[in-house]
Formats: sequence, structure tokens, C-alpha cells
Amino acid sequence: MKANTKNKIKHFFFGKKLSEGLIGRLVLYGLLLIIGFVYLLPLIKMFTYSIKDLEDLVNPIVEWIPTKIYLVNYQTSFVVLNYFKTLGVSLLVTLVPALLQTATTSIAGYALAKFKVKFKAVIFLLILLTYLVPSQIYMIPKYVMFHQMGILESVWAIILPAFFGQGLSSAIFILIFYQFFRMQPKVLDESGEIDGANPFQIFFKIGVPLATPAYLTAFLFSFVWYWNETYISSLFLGADLYTLQLKLLNFSSQFNLAQGISQTMLNEAIRYAATILIILPVLIVYIIMQKWFVEGIDRTGVTGE
Amino acid sequence: MTKRKKMMKRSKRENLVGWAFLSVWVLGFLLFMAYPLITSFYYSLSQVTLEGEGIQVQFIAFENYRRIFSSAPGFSFLESVSDFALEILFKVPIITVFAIIIAVMLNQKIKLRGFFRAIYFLPVIIASGPVINQLVSQGAATIPLVEEMGLINLINETFSENLARPIATIFSELIVILWFSGVQILLFIAALQKIDRSTYEAGMIDGAGAWESFWKITMPSLKSMVLVSVIFTIINLATFSENQAIAHIKNNMFALDTGFGFSSAIAWIYFIVLALILVIASLLLGAFKKEVSKR
Repeated sequence: MKANTKNKIKHFFFGKKLSEGLIGRLVLYGLLLIIGFVYLLPLIKMFTYSIKDLEDLVNPIVEWIPTKIYLVNYQTSFVVLNYFKTLGVSLLVTLVPALLQTATTSIAGYALAKFKVKFKAVIFLLILLTYLVPSQIYMIPKYVMFHQMGILESVWAIILPAFFGQGLSSAIFILIFYQFFRMQPKVLDESGEIDGANPFQIFFKIGVPLATPAYLTAFLFSFVWYWNETYISSLFLGADLYTLQLKLLNFSSQFNLAQGISQTMLNEAIRYAATILIILPVLIVYIIMQKWFVEGIDRTGVTGE
Repeated sequence: MTKRKKMMKRSKRENLVGWAFLSVWVLGFLLFMAYPLITSFYYSLSQVTLEGEGIQVQFIAFENYRRIFSSAPGFSFLESVSDFALEILFKVPIITVFAIIIAVMLNQKIKLRGFFRAIYFLPVIIASGPVINQLVSQGAATIPLVEEMGLINLINETFSENLARPIATIFSELIVILWFSGVQILLFIAALQKIDRSTYEAGMIDGAGAWESFWKITMPSLKSMVLVSVIFTIINLATFSENQAIAHIKNNMFALDTGFGFSSAIAWIYFIVLALILVIASLLLGAFKKEVSKR
């Protein structure tokens, strides 16, 4: 009797199979929708607040739906952020490192996947080390080094490490490429070899073209992670090279610096508008390339073994 | 030339070509990782002063480390490290369990799967330190019900002060904590898709319900992914720019009474704590792995 009730309860919650039966389906869709909605709540709130004027902001009755669409908040943040110029800086220190990092890590991943290299296990261990050791440990000597090289407060401080495969989460990208190139059939390389191609030609003519999905996924992730990075860039980039994220981080002081705008005007609506302006570029990229982000992990076989 | 010799030559050539492909990364590793890492350790044992354009490094052995445990800036750092450890203790299980639940739901035969997946992954795209910071400071990171039901007050009344603070933080930032699970959800979905459907059918014939199948088929095949996901989560939280412990490292760099040497020393302590957390997590999950296999 007791076991029976227990089973009934179980079946009520889980069904015979989760996706079968009306109740099961309703629960499943209901949960996915509710959790998804709650998940996006901060974004929704951010958006509705960003178009509120002062009256709506202080009015306790106006919570989710503003009485009118007030775009001055966006105008103000646009000026404070010096949007287009800052966007240019952001794109420079995001796109270039992402491209270079993708290129270098793909070459390293290819080497590990295709060639019998001596000390391969050691290399893998070192790659893992670069992932596990937080950058905070070696950041200070790097700061001194960049200072001595004269590239501190210039974009090179971000670009150079990326080129040498020591950028943000480089280890993850090497592993992505390693897995992907390992899945490529060896026959193709051999046929290239018979045709007299050298290893570099084989890499560029056979390896790279067949790995387009891995390249795209790695580049997109690299792009997004560089876009969202602030710890290292705040240290290595000077005030002239403030990215959008750094301006948001120091929004109040940026607000003071902007001409013709007084500090008293700063309110949460303007803060939210600025935040939206900062996530907008990546959001657009995500909407267009969404498939490559979410399917990329499957497609590149990172999870294989 | 004998065949054997040819083979030897080939493997030698392969090794050289392989290293040629690896050379840029190896060079980068030595220049931007190995050298700074060793220097950082040396700094942590030194008094580093900036003099005009130059920098003066004077060896003082473990003086910096001794200072950490006895001085004010060191103490506030240690406090933030223990906060961080507590944070890991609460957040990692929440994120992992949430990611598994969402992954299992998204792995069902449902319509609009792509749409749901896109929603659950979206935060990864936008969750930078400053953005999260804005959301948390404006109070947009919490579930509205939490405040209305007075949950925070309840927590403050029931738990001791040291425990109530992190728990209250978790509830007031619950949504953005869950935002850290985007990549993990995808990892679990990928692992779930590797499970052969026929295994479930065989289980059903033997009379296993959804509950039993989940524990006896699904969980065992997720176990290695749990470890990967937990390590990813810990590293992700440890290097997140709003993390107070790493903020200390940066702030002390240019503080008058501390400087690069002291900063390097606290960075190493942070690293040791992080390494310990990773080891403990791996050991615990190793035990968990065995437990699941036994079932």
C-alpha cells in the first residue's frame, strides 16, 4: 500500500517517461517556461526601467510597464560612454585578440592531435596548468614586464599574449581543436601526403577548411569572453583605452567627466540604459550566431571521452 | 635504406614538425606564463619598490607571508578568501544541480528546444563583472518573491551571523548565480545525448520507472561530466572580476603600505586555497562517482 502511494507520487512528478502523457508534458513546458522567465527577469527589469522617466521611477504603482517610452536615458548614457569611440576601442581589444588566439590555439591543437610529439603528456599538463592557475598570480610580473617593454597602457598588452596562445581560456580552445582535429579521418592527410604536400600545406589545405565549425565556435567564445573581461584590461589598458565594460565599471566617475551633465541626474534608469548599450553588441552577435554557440559544444566534440 | 630506418626517420620528422607547430605556444608559455609565475613567487619573497622608471627588488624571505597573518590589509584579504571558500561551498552545488535539471529537461523530446536552449545559454553572453555588478546593486538579481516573503529577515534570525550573511547573499543574488550555469548545461546535454536510447528501453522492459532510470542510467553516465563541470564552475567563480579576494590582489598592488611583493604573496595564498578547493572537490566527486557506480 505504502509502496503504491510512493509510486503514484513518483509517477505524478516524473511520469513513466518525463516527456510522455499530458501532465508530464504540461509540467515540463510549464517548468521550462517559468524558470526561463525568472532567468530572464533581470534583463526584463533592466529594459523596462531603462525607458522610465523620473516620474515613473518614483511612482510605486508603475512597476513593470512604464506609462511612456522615455529615451533620454539612452541619450545621456550614449554621451557619458562616448559610445562610438569606446565601442571602437572595445572592438579592437576584443576582435583582434580573439582572432589571434583562435589561430594560435588551433595550430597547437592540431600538433597535439596529428603528430607523435615527444613529451606530449608534459605539454598537456602545462596546458591544464595555464587553465587552473588564476591569472592573478602572474599578473604582477607581467605588469612589470609590459612596463619594461613599453607596451603597458597600449593594446599590445592584450594582443601579444593572445597571439602566443596565452590569452583568456586559451587552454579550453586548444582542447576544442585537439578533439576536433583528432576526429578528422587520417586518410585525408595521407592522400595529401601522397600528392606531395608538406605538413604545413596539409594543415592549411585539408585541416583548416574541414574545421570551420570548430574555428567559428572557438572564435565566438573567445570574442564573448574578451568582451566581458575587465580584470586584466583594467590593469593593462590605460584610461585612454577604456572599453565599454570599464566605463560601466566606473560609471559614476565617467558621469562626472562628461560635459554638460550634472551628477544629480544619475539614476538607476540611466545606469540600466548604459548596461543595455553595453550588452547590445554581443546580444546582436548572439541572436545571429546563436546556433553556433549552443551547438558548438556538441559539434566540436569537446565532451568526447 | 631498411624499412626500420625509414620508420625511425619518419617518427623523428613527425616529432620535429609537431614541435614546429607547437613552437608559438611554447614560446608564449615560457614568456607569458612560466617566467611571470616564477618571478611572482620571487616577488612574494621580496620587498618590491618602484623608483621612477625602475623597480627595486629586495629579498626578505617570508616577511610578506608573516605580514599577511598579522596586519590589517592581510586580515581583510584572509576574510575575503574565507568568504570565497564559503561561496564555493554554496554556489557550486546549486549551479551543478540546476544545470543537470535543466539539461535533463532540455534533453526530452520537446518542441522549441532550440529556443529554450538559447534562453538558458544567453547569460553566458552578457554576464560580465560590471553588468552583474549593476544588476546586483540595483536589486534586479533577486526573485521578487524572496523580498516580499521576508525570507532574508527569516534567514538573519535563524542562522548565526557568519552563516546568515552568505545564505542571504545567495537568495538576494539567486538569479545571477544561476546565470553561471550556461556552459555547464550544454556540457550535460552533450553527455546526455551520448546515452544510447536503447539502454532506457531495456530498463523499461525490466520495470524501471523514470526515477530508477534517472539514478541508474542517467546519473552514472553524467558522473565524469559532473567533475568537469564542477572544476569549470570553481575556476569561473575564482576568476570572476567581482570576486572580492582577487580585488584585494589588485588593490594592494598600488597601495602605499603594501606593493607588488605583498600583493604577490596574497596571490599565492589565494592560489593555494584554490588548489586545495579543487583537490577536495575532486576527491569528494571521486567518492561520489564510486557511490553512483555501486547503485
